[in-house]
Amino acid sequence: MRTTIRGGHLIDPYNKIDGLQDLYLAEGRVVAIGSAPEGFRAEQEIDAQDQIVCPGLIDLQARLREPGQEQKGTIATETLAAAKGGITTLCCPPDTLAIIDTPAVVDLIAHREAQYQRTRILPLGALTQGLQGLQLAEMGILREAGCVGVSNGLMPIANSQVMRQAMEYAATLGITLFLYSRDPWLGIEGCCHEGIVSARLGLAGIPETAETVSLARDLLLIEQTGVQAHFCHLSSARAVRMVREAQTEGLPISADVTAYHLHLTEHDIGEFDSQCHVIPPLRSLRDRDALHEGLRDGTFSAICSDHQPHEFDAKLGAFPITEPGISGLETLLPLSLRLTQDDTLTLAEVIAYLTCQPAQVLGIEGGHLAPGQRADICIFDPHCHWTFKPEEMASQGRNTPFGGWEFQGRVTYTLLEGRVVFAAADETP
Amino acid sequence: MSNLQLDQNGQLRHFLSIQGLNRELLTRILDTAESFSTIGAQHVKKVPLLRGKTIVNLFFENSTRTLSTFELAAKRLSADVMNLNVRTSSTQKGESLLDTLRSLEAMHCDMFVVRHSDSGAAYFIARHVPSHVSVINAGDGCHSHPSQAMLDMLTIRRHKGSFPNLRVAIVGDILHSRVARSEIHALATLGTGEIRVIAPRTLLPRNVESLGVHIFHDMRAGLKGVDVVITLRLQRERMEGARLPSEREYFQLYGLTEEKLALARPEAIVMHPGPINRGIEIESAVADGPHSVILEQVSHGIAIRMAVMAMTMQIPVPEAKEAR
Repeated sequence: MRTTIRGGHLIDPYNKIDGLQDLYLAEGRVVAIGSAPEGFRAEQEIDAQDQIVCPGLIDLQARLREPGQEQKGTIATETLAAAKGGITTLCCPPDTLAIIDTPAVVDLIAHREAQYQRTRILPLGALTQGLQGLQLAEMGILREAGCVGVSNGLMPIANSQVMRQAMEYAATLGITLFLYSRDPWLGIEGCCHEGIVSARLGLAGIPETAETVSLARDLLLIEQTGVQAHFCHLSSARAVRMVREAQTEGLPISADVTAYHLHLTEHDIGEFDSQCHVIPPLRSLRDRDALHEGLRDGTFSAICSDHQPHEFDAKLGAFPITEPGISGLETLLPLSLRLTQDDTLTLAEVIAYLTCQPAQVLGIEGGHLAPGQRADICIFDPHCHWTFKPEEMASQGRNTPFGGWEFQGRVTYTLLEGRVVFAAADETP
Repeated sequence: MSNLQLDQNGQLRHFLSIQGLNRELLTRILDTAESFSTIGAQHVKKVPLLRGKTIVNLFFENSTRTLSTFELAAKRLSADVMNLNVRTSSTQKGESLLDTLRSLEAMHCDMFVVRHSDSGAAYFIARHVPSHVSVINAGDGCHSHPSQAMLDMLTIRRHKGSFPNLRVAIVGDILHSRVARSEIHALATLGTGEIRVIAPRTLLPRNVESLGVHIFHDMRAGLKGVDVVITLRLQRERMEGARLPSEREYFQLYGLTEEKLALARPEAIVMHPGPINRGIEIESAVADGPHSVILEQVSHGIAIRMAVMAMTMQIPVPEAKEAR
């Protein structure tokens, strides 16, 4: 299929493109920018006038729930939600059921991906078998099967010797480790940030040190082993500072932040709003400001959705017993665009955090639109004011605290390898 | 944010937490309780204010004292009362909180008095009941126990008259105490001069000072010159972790003895929400001594619970004879 995307404002931070440019696609690739190649005859034309055309978004953390928790979400429903959110590549942690610690599970995910072909799915393999933190998983075989990195998901590795050996082994193979900093004991019973709100509501708190103690150990072990590591969804000011200092010292590390941690704080829990029950917890205003600062100075490499869809009942109950997590694929872009509206970032910077920079973390092709690149594209209307309605979400999980929020900027088209996988005009009003 | 506890006219709809209620409303609860306080001494211990209403005591957590005072309060208002110990029934069979609630709603109840081990459970239930049903929080997790706080306020007001010149100390496991949180909010709302908390750091919530209290780790310093001492029950299960080394050491450092109480003002009163662990948080000589008002607290519990039941059901109550 040959396609022309005409009249759009093309923003590709990787290639430093920021202006009105037509885009020409053929055979799933970008073939030209600006002027049509000789003899190019489009079979399809997309009018992108007054819209932003950018590389398809790359999300470093999204749980699709399949296999094993299909009552929460399936690859079919969640890739539809991703396409609606402008996401063309997403990375799923290994804590599915079955856990991604054998090639068979990787194959199953690849099979489903091919079945629906809406979004590219890049799995992370398990770091330890069954995520038990005891025996190393077959990282090499998992990489061969298609995993782009290894991780122990939200399951902490309590034994520092196992963590050291996991790092050494991953470093041997040149595999990137995706780490969730979480001390196994501090805040073990907690369900929200240990601070003003936990004191008032009598909720068991998760202290900032639950993140930073674990982070400190892992930074020291990374220094010792030299493994390439990425820290997922950091939430505290001190963690940002620690990563920043470690980067200055030359450690091979990167980090991401979730879109929702950039906008919510512990105070949004209000009177026990279970939609704000997340791990790591929503922290203080000071922490949130430090996350913004970490974006401004480049400590972070990516903004992710940390998509965790749940069935309706999972959020129905007293706050501590509800399941943590937000269904975030469809709010990743609008929440990120808010950062331009409050002057935290420029539009090009936001797009970089959602495209080329996560691509670099994953070490994959993509995240930019030079001729020859895969035609994974997101087109959005930056002027569109709209109200986010959970009942209109494509994700099976409608667990979101953002219902009723007013956003500016909405996806109109998503293309995966030149093929339209989402068009807002096709949506039932 | 709208206040779930109040209707559009600012009247009490549910009674879930002291937070969100103003001084006028708290004072009205105390005044209403005063008007009910003589009923227990009458020959016929009943008034017909809630006749024809059905109240369900929905207790997901064991409690003898709170359950019986709520039951007695409802009966003195002539309501029909049903006590459900849900711990041993449907939830054990896997039924969700909401399903339990809906089954009970189908029996056309007018009020749920809820006790639950999870903070926020009463709020959750209040959000899901039909508009004609009221919810009273009889203790949720470590969050709130507003009727206990109000009966303590009634006890303090009866002995001390008013709050602004008072210095009140709360001693013990503040971290896990819903009573302490509610008391702190109530004391602050009623304009108490100084609220102190006395505890080791392991039993204090981080940022507790944000609730408007002064922190003392030394009990002798904390008791100096106070008018009211509220000792909290030390939950023995807390001893098993790393929060405290032993009961012996706790009693030595934080147990209320006559010797330590002598540092408070001479006319100070001693309170305890019960049940008491004698020889751990308080010695018998103090619990049974002249400063103790612990049994009065229990009596006041019935009057306070009658007041909040009548007020949440929005039943006009006769004026208190000695309302302050």
